[in-house]
Amino acid sequence: MMEGCLGLLGGGGSSGASTNKSTLSKVEVVETEASSYPVEAELELGLGLSLGGGGCGGGGGGKGKANAWGECGRILTAKDFPSVVAQPLRPSSNNSMPSTCAVGAVSGTKRAADSVSHDQGGSPTAGSQVVGWPPIRAYRMNSLVNQAKAARAEEDKGNGEKDRSNENLKKKICNVNKTNATGNEKGHLGFVKVNMDGVPIGRKVDLNAHACYETLAQALEEMFLKSATTITSIGGEKQQVSKPSKLLDGSSEFELTYEDKEGDWMLVGDVPWRMFLTSVKRLRIMRTSEANGLAPRLQEKNEKQRRKPV
Amino acid sequence: MNYFPDEVLEHIFDFVTSQRDRNSVSQVCKPWYKIESSSRPKVFVGNCYAISPQRVIERFPGLKSITLKGKPHFADFNLVPHDWGGFVYPWIEAFARKSVGLEELKLKRMIISDECLELISRSFPNFKSLVLVSCDGFTTDGLAAIASNCRFLRELDLQENDVEDHRGHWLSCFPDTCTSLVSLNFACLKGEVNLAALERLIARSPNLRSLRLNHAVPLDVLQSILIRAPHLVDLGVGSYVNDPDSETYNKLVMAIRNCMSVKSLSGFLEVAPPCLSAFHLICPNLTSLNLSYAPGIHGTELIKLIRHCRKLQRLWILDCIGDGGLEVVASTCKDLQEIRVFPSDPYIGNAAVTEAGLVALSSGCPKLHSILYFCQQMTNAALITVAKNCPNFTRFRLCILDPTKPDAETNQPFDEGFGAIVHSCKGLRRLSMAGLLTDQVFLYIGMHAKQLEMLSIAFAGNTDKGMQYLLNGCKKLRKLEIRDCPFGNAALLMDVGKYETMRSLWMSSCEVTLEACKSLAKKMPRLNVEIINENDQMDVSADDRQKVEKMFLYRTLAGRRKDAPEFVWTL
Repeated sequence: MMEGCLGLLGGGGSSGASTNKSTLSKVEVVETEASSYPVEAELELGLGLSLGGGGCGGGGGGKGKANAWGECGRILTAKDFPSVVAQPLRPSSNNSMPSTCAVGAVSGTKRAADSVSHDQGGSPTAGSQVVGWPPIRAYRMNSLVNQAKAARAEEDKGNGEKDRSNENLKKKICNVNKTNATGNEKGHLGFVKVNMDGVPIGRKVDLNAHACYETLAQALEEMFLKSATTITSIGGEKQQVSKPSKLLDGSSEFELTYEDKEGDWMLVGDVPWRMFLTSVKRLRIMRTSEANGLAPRLQEKNEKQRRKPV
Repeated sequence: MNYFPDEVLEHIFDFVTSQRDRNSVSQVCKPWYKIESSSRPKVFVGNCYAISPQRVIERFPGLKSITLKGKPHFADFNLVPHDWGGFVYPWIEAFARKSVGLEELKLKRMIISDECLELISRSFPNFKSLVLVSCDGFTTDGLAAIASNCRFLRELDLQENDVEDHRGHWLSCFPDTCTSLVSLNFACLKGEVNLAALERLIARSPNLRSLRLNHAVPLDVLQSILIRAPHLVDLGVGSYVNDPDSETYNKLVMAIRNCMSVKSLSGFLEVAPPCLSAFHLICPNLTSLNLSYAPGIHGTELIKLIRHCRKLQRLWILDCIGDGGLEVVASTCKDLQEIRVFPSDPYIGNAAVTEAGLVALSSGCPKLHSILYFCQQMTNAALITVAKNCPNFTRFRLCILDPTKPDAETNQPFDEGFGAIVHSCKGLRRLSMAGLLTDQVFLYIGMHAKQLEMLSIAFAGNTDKGMQYLLNGCKKLRKLEIRDCPFGNAALLMDVGKYETMRSLWMSSCEVTLEACKSLAKKMPRLNVEIINENDQMDVSADDRQKVEKMFLYRTLAGRRKDAPEFVWTL
């Protein structure tokens, strides 16, 4: 379920346009000098953002959902960086605007001006939204994020109020009393494997990027269930999940489960988040029909008692 | 030369050690090929799928040491599904079957199972050295097998692996008769270790020169270890949680005084309080310092430490050192050759490190030739200055945490900055760039980066021309990895023969379509063109005009691989 288009077009901004021109002219000059490359009547160069995997509408004209590539399971790209400098898209494509951009990208010229001075302007706000960025080895990421969290917890204890980003606030709220020192498990957190029934290939999710079950479930839904709308699994079954349902409240046909240190499979959500983190080994999105017989969920969350009849 | 007996030639070739030189030697003439091949002890295979183990054994029957690399580099950043490949078992199984006298095994980004480790430990009686870098698939049980059975083990070096820790007694598995250890690195293990067994092992290893501990080794054990191993040259401290007023701490200071051979220091996986003055004594001898896994240490403390490190050649550090700290590095470490500055918070970064730090390093350290620098902002002016100051760069990797961010002062792309780098650094072999970049920078790279072998690009360029400039101009290019760039079929198919001169090409989230990949695969039978089809985004009858999300192609003599999982198609 796409959350609308947050395209980068339009409102390119005057500053953008003028920079465009000067770069264009510079490149034009170079072009004529490099004899191996024919001068083209129409230069496509500009400061257009490299959109990589660009046109969500796909090669032809189809802008609808026809093209699996355009939608859903796509790895987020530059579009999703909130502080990206606003430039008009390169004019190469006739499709006006990618109608199904992935979420997160809003860039007006204002933002661009801010981004330079903005302390954390550069980064995706909610942890690892862009796969594989920044380019740091997963092993190092795991240790750093763990240690940074622990350090922040230490600071928080000592300092009280500090100016923090939204991300940190969210983590603070969800991360009650995360203790430092004795954790032998400290270096252990990070990416855990996730498999989903019916999907042949597993993924990995970074537990450090989440501070509570809700964001984790949302991330997993993004990863697995969204792509289900246009997928035909190899086994020939169609995953007909028309809109993403919450994995946590039992209203989906899938349940989120995890294997703990003892090798038992449990339903996710039973225990406090912190405890979950110390015992989870890997995750599995199981068909509800198969999830019977797992440890029953605690009936804490009264608002979400829309449990499917077993 | 043909009149020399083979033994003489062989003896002469013994002095030729680098793989490249030996490759050259073997191409001089047939007799030289035969002699060189039959006597080559060390083999390097940069892509385990480029050649079959059988072929390697046939050609190099005297093989004693092998280095294998598996997954593409971008697997480090979770861009490659876990089971893509890189299984080492077939190699070990082939070596075992043919009774290869394997003594050394070095793997990078490969999957190695406990069964495989067990097989190694039982099949090669002279096995001496196991080095695993960024590998996974094994547990501490596999390590136990190595410890138990490799009677002459000299080196067990585990770097940044994902090891499932069964908290077993693998350290206790080294028999009492094992006294041959020279190097032991288990810093990446997450679990507890048997401390008593560790101490006993070290006590009976008089040749131990390199020891890197994991976080589970506390200070008092460190102290007792240092007493027993005063000849250590390379030390990785595990946990450094101490009480400066305690007896243990005093004993530690004394122990460190005895370890004046230490030239390389790393670790400090847990630090409290962040005071490293105990180590100031050995700092003047240090040539290598890696504090990139020690975020507990503040900038001021780091600076104090570094002021003592006048002989430093290699420094890996976190960005909490700040521009100020880098200036201290620049004024203190005149022998510095390599520096890596990592972000302490990967998502937000640290505003303390900017282009100023980079410029300071370039002007203060005349021998600097290798850099990896994470920062939040950069300017073209800085890059141009750096290029002028340091024409000797061989490796230049810059990562701006926001990958499409422009020059912080002028809002321009970084074309001119990186252009200056490639123009000035004529010996540049490895480059990775970030920030806003247009096709222009690729024009510069194609024109000037004549020695470039490896290039990593992300979120850069505007049209196919960018990639075309590269393929056309960089004659020595071996590895090219591209993500999220608008390069498409015209670029991919411009010069298909080029890919046989390269090890591999990775393209993800670009504009390349299935049709072009199929066409390429058809034209070039000695390339494996693999499409990674995650989430079933494509099926066999997919429209050829669909864009390919992830493509990895590599030259190979082994044909399509037989262990590709379902989601990998070799076209």
